[in-house]
Amino acid sequence: MSKPQGFEKPIGVRDYLPRATRRLRRIERSVLDCMSRWGYDPIKTPTMEYYDTVGLASSTPDRKLYKLLNNRGQTLVLRSEMTAPIARVASSLLREESLPLRLSYHANVFRAIEEEAGREAEFFQTGVELVGDRSPEADAEVIALAIASMEAAGVQSFKFAMGHVGFLNGLFDESLPDRAEDQQALKERLLKRDYVGFREAAESLGLGAKQQQELEGLLRLRGDVSVCDQAAGLSRHRLAQESLEHLRSVWEALQDYGVSQHVMIDLTMIGDFSYYTGMVFEGYAAELGFPVCSGGRYDNLLKQFGRDVPSTGFALKTTRILDGVGDPADEEERPVLIVYDLKQRAQALNEAARIRSEGGAAVTILAADNNPHQPAESHRYSQVLLFTEEGNEIR
Amino acid sequence: MSEVLKVAMPKGRIYKKAAELFRSAGIVIPTDVDDSRRLVIPIPEANMEFIMAKPVDVPTYVEYGVADIGIVGKDVLLEENRDVYELLDLGIARCRMSVIALPDRQPGIHLRVATKYPNVATRYFREQGEQVEVIKLNGSIELAPLIGLADRIVDMVETGQTLKDNGLVELESIFGITSRLIANRVSYRMKNDAIQKLCDQLEKVMPSVVKS
Repeated sequence: MSKPQGFEKPIGVRDYLPRATRRLRRIERSVLDCMSRWGYDPIKTPTMEYYDTVGLASSTPDRKLYKLLNNRGQTLVLRSEMTAPIARVASSLLREESLPLRLSYHANVFRAIEEEAGREAEFFQTGVELVGDRSPEADAEVIALAIASMEAAGVQSFKFAMGHVGFLNGLFDESLPDRAEDQQALKERLLKRDYVGFREAAESLGLGAKQQQELEGLLRLRGDVSVCDQAAGLSRHRLAQESLEHLRSVWEALQDYGVSQHVMIDLTMIGDFSYYTGMVFEGYAAELGFPVCSGGRYDNLLKQFGRDVPSTGFALKTTRILDGVGDPADEEERPVLIVYDLKQRAQALNEAARIRSEGGAAVTILAADNNPHQPAESHRYSQVLLFTEEGNEIR
Repeated sequence: MSEVLKVAMPKGRIYKKAAELFRSAGIVIPTDVDDSRRLVIPIPEANMEFIMAKPVDVPTYVEYGVADIGIVGKDVLLEENRDVYELLDLGIARCRMSVIALPDRQPGIHLRVATKYPNVATRYFREQGEQVEVIKLNGSIELAPLIGLADRIVDMVETGQTLKDNGLVELESIFGITSRLIANRVSYRMKNDAIQKLCDQLEKVMPSVVKS
């Protein structure tokens, strides 16, 4: 590789110029405000964590973690998501707090990317964790809050899809008892969204025609809550039935939240098996090619930090939303420009202070020959005030 | 009227077969579309818009969501490794990916493999426990063994005629190839009804998939 040129930065990171930064802050503020109205308290955790704790517990594959060594030779990671760090805090510093905990965050996270474009090495996530409640109510609450957050972020048209890890685990366990490898193969196909491969794998299992048909029928299990009824006929496995019951309860709660029209159930949506333990969901915005929200239940995570409590949550991919959400007429108040000469400086600065105290913005400059009274960039300012010998003047 | 479905269509060989399949499924595609030189072709009759793409770029357009769905060979999917839904095996444009060589050529200690599919080739030889030098070429791959650039080539074989004409033999078939219907992760949700309907229509007329 050649030496980078002065303007270059590492692949996958980006600068946020004032306009983008203002929009990012606006999204951050309105989403965190929304979360706080649901009783979620904001939290910040360090950018670096130990590889052996948060790094290993995280859902991010090892090859996508940024690892570094500190001066004691310990391996650190740049945080790749916020769920594992919050699990650490909930299990240690907040150990004595009574459950459930409702925590929210907005943070930059890091992923070592492969070469392809469109992946970011550093991006922002805004999300929540609801710790210590395993009920369908809790799952419905985080989905409803995800929907409210999406609206708060300014996403106009969106949809959510929800599934349940337990249903597939139960179903596969029933149709392929003691064939863990085959079960795994089917799950991998679904995880890779490879329906063709799933059908091929299902055909190669040597199952009866009916069972094979049932497996392939999975791929059509999408829609509203009636999907749960259709699926209930597929498996009498206890875990599968319980999972469907759980999804049904979540759906009913979402109806009472008045948001079920935004949600579809897709039983092939499974998320990362090693991590999620129950309900999983994803959010999509019409204008964006990539999902902008993901979440679910991960009841085994906190155990790894010594506090065995269930947890559920989601993260918005704020950077992606920033790329896609139209600018609500980026009319951040432009500042007033105050031009003064030395004699009237006190008066000018006084006026600037008054404007600022009222919530406005003011920029002050000394009038000079090389500092013309009306700068070329006057479009940056809403107004130009002169405090000069020629007299006070408003332009 | 639901939203327009943006379809990334591979130009060339596969397009003709795909258009034929669409038509037999009852999707109206005017005949002048087939010879059009336009890159973006609205097809209001089918509530679609065709994006005429180089086949290898189809998964990229779909992954980024500038196309909702696309039609692409399994060879490209395995090479490009994009995060998209692979919905249907359309059973058209059937061929295979193979390892090819001159019949009498003994490779040196260090195996060189020329191919348009460096990822596929690397993965295959790795699975065979062999580390090889992969040379990426962009066309006329059959030249490589003939003029001594490589010991083997990994390439798509349809009828095998080109190989025969050049005195090459197929050593091994790596996997079978057909065209697939793929979908963007977001479009698959946002336009689920339209995409599901298309799948149902196509499934009725797809050549039945021959099991290997």
